[in-house]
Amino acid sequence: MSEPVLSVERLGKRYRLRHHEDAAPYTTLRETITGAVSAPFRWVSGRREPAATIEDFWALRDVSFEVAPGEVVGIVGRNGAGKSTLLKILSRITEPTAGRVTLRGRVASLLEVGTGFHPELTGRENIFLNGAILGMTRQEIRRNFESIVSFAEVERFLDTPVKRYSSGMYVRLAFAVAAHLEPDILVIDEVLAVGDAQFQKKSLGKMHDVSRGGRTVLFVSHNMAAVQALCTRAIWLDRGQVAAEGATAAVTAKYLQGARPVDDGGRVRVLGNSIELRRISVTPNPVASGGAMEISITLGAQTPVKLGEVAVLVYSSLETRVAVVDLRSANLPARLDASDEWTGGATIRNLNLVEGDYRIGLFVSSSDFAGDVLDLVELTVHARADATVAPYAAAHRGFVELDVRIHA
Amino acid sequence: MHLIIEPGRSAAHYWRDLWRYRELMSFLAWRDIAVRYKQTAIGVLWAIIRPALTLLVFVAFRRMAGLRQSEVPDVILVLAAVLPWQLFSSALSEASSSLIGNTSLISKVYFPRLIIPLSAVATALVDFAITLVMLAALMAWYGVQPDARLLALPLLIAQCSLLALGLGLLLAALTVTYRDFRYVVPFAIQLGLFVSPVAFESARVPERWRALYALNPLVGVIDGFRWSLLGAPLDSSVVVSSIAVTLATLVAGVWYFRRTERGFADAI
Repeated sequence: MSEPVLSVERLGKRYRLRHHEDAAPYTTLRETITGAVSAPFRWVSGRREPAATIEDFWALRDVSFEVAPGEVVGIVGRNGAGKSTLLKILSRITEPTAGRVTLRGRVASLLEVGTGFHPELTGRENIFLNGAILGMTRQEIRRNFESIVSFAEVERFLDTPVKRYSSGMYVRLAFAVAAHLEPDILVIDEVLAVGDAQFQKKSLGKMHDVSRGGRTVLFVSHNMAAVQALCTRAIWLDRGQVAAEGATAAVTAKYLQGARPVDDGGRVRVLGNSIELRRISVTPNPVASGGAMEISITLGAQTPVKLGEVAVLVYSSLETRVAVVDLRSANLPARLDASDEWTGGATIRNLNLVEGDYRIGLFVSSSDFAGDVLDLVELTVHARADATVAPYAAAHRGFVELDVRIHA
Repeated sequence: MHLIIEPGRSAAHYWRDLWRYRELMSFLAWRDIAVRYKQTAIGVLWAIIRPALTLLVFVAFRRMAGLRQSEVPDVILVLAAVLPWQLFSSALSEASSSLIGNTSLISKVYFPRLIIPLSAVATALVDFAITLVMLAALMAWYGVQPDARLLALPLLIAQCSLLALGLGLLLAALTVTYRDFRYVVPFAIQLGLFVSPVAFESARVPERWRALYALNPLVGVIDGFRWSLLGAPLDSSVVVSSIAVTLATLVAGVWYFRRTERGFADAI
């Protein structure tokens, strides 16, 4: 086996989180005023707020892997699993806290399409500017200029400021510049799901060419279709560590089932004074969009209570309510005694949610407690793996994946 | 090419990288210049209007205050100070805000971060070059002829830029963590105009305050400009202290910038 172009050894990155431990749920005006008065001076005196504690958070810990020349490796994982941190370290944007990375070759990284594009500048000017920002020399840009322009299909608008471009043109131009980088190692973050279907095919084709040209590609995506189409190998990052590594199909399958029933860590949560939420589980989680999902809830009581209604609430990550699963018909007992326990739930046959992060909450109405309990479970929904074209970015697709048939 | 990324390692190739990315620096400076005058009706004339108006106000002020002197035309005397002042103040304010103005670059692409404030200073130098043309024209109009001392002018321009760069690096790095400095810089520049010999000559400062006054490094730069262009007297001790303060500022600026630079992407 040839020498790896990229080796990562026991890589770690620590972030420091500051918490304000204001135990009291209220602040007095005096505190507010003294806080406001002392705030501008705090950095001068070097004193830290006594109430603030610092917590270490390891975004990456003990991550090791190697990549051979010409390999196309996909990195998958939930949000916050450390993928972006890994890419930022590989691109030298931020330094690791521990471990070492060895890169044998010129690295180019593309963490965003159109970094440094200036809206006031023309297409022509932005090609040069963006090229320079991505690390191309003036000669390289000049040599590739024609090809960039024709790839982006913006010939007629070269001397128009890009602020007048349609978003499609803008993205095409930005991707075209990046696609003409000629590094030995290309590091790409979720940037392919842009543009229209036709342009996506072209972009995917270009990526194929890049890898066939013997170049190494490291590719992060939520889009399992793209990962499976492009990558020869995949790495699954979970909570900052490598959870699985190997052939793409095997790793993505393992990742999609990821059948880790996220229950409340076994912690019993008391709602009101008596009702206990003893267990809530969502399986599988992460779940593929369009797949089936089981929800199960167990309630108990410390003192007898009358139970009215229970419903499962699904929220978007921005706290918009997306759906409700009504459990009134789930043989809910009218009364829950101290010795009783009720377990109920539902199967969602087709979870037609657009990929992304959601939160599961609960609505309970009873003699003891009535209201919404939010943030019980974080649910990650993944793109289905069967799309023929890479879909638009999830942010543009709302919440619901409709069951459609396109008239071809 | 072989690259190792390790904690604390980024220092290793820093200066070599800075040289390798020099093209990016000129691109960023070019971007700022190109963008500055887009969609303005009179474009680059703005570079001249600002010093011209400052000049008018100061000349009028000198007349009212009875500060006029006869050896050199007042207009040239004041302009010889307005130009380096404008170079210093615009380089400083642009360098200090340059990092937070390029947040997306810093969090998405690698390059030596020094490039950003450097290109901000380069931008200010381009505007300065335009105003030099105005100075040359006015000097010709008033028949003021410089002598061989003019050769020292490039050195003075360099000193002025380095001073702004040193201070700008310090403030830019501080602004990443403490946005308070966004409010400090414009105010400090406003004050600086009055504690620098722009509207008056250094000779008007009482003797016993001169040593203290010379600690303002711009005194040496502005006096140097007047000496180089108009043959005004120049105190060598002022020059020495000005250069010393400039170098100290530059060293402190580069040191602090380099020390905090690796955390920019996480903090910005």
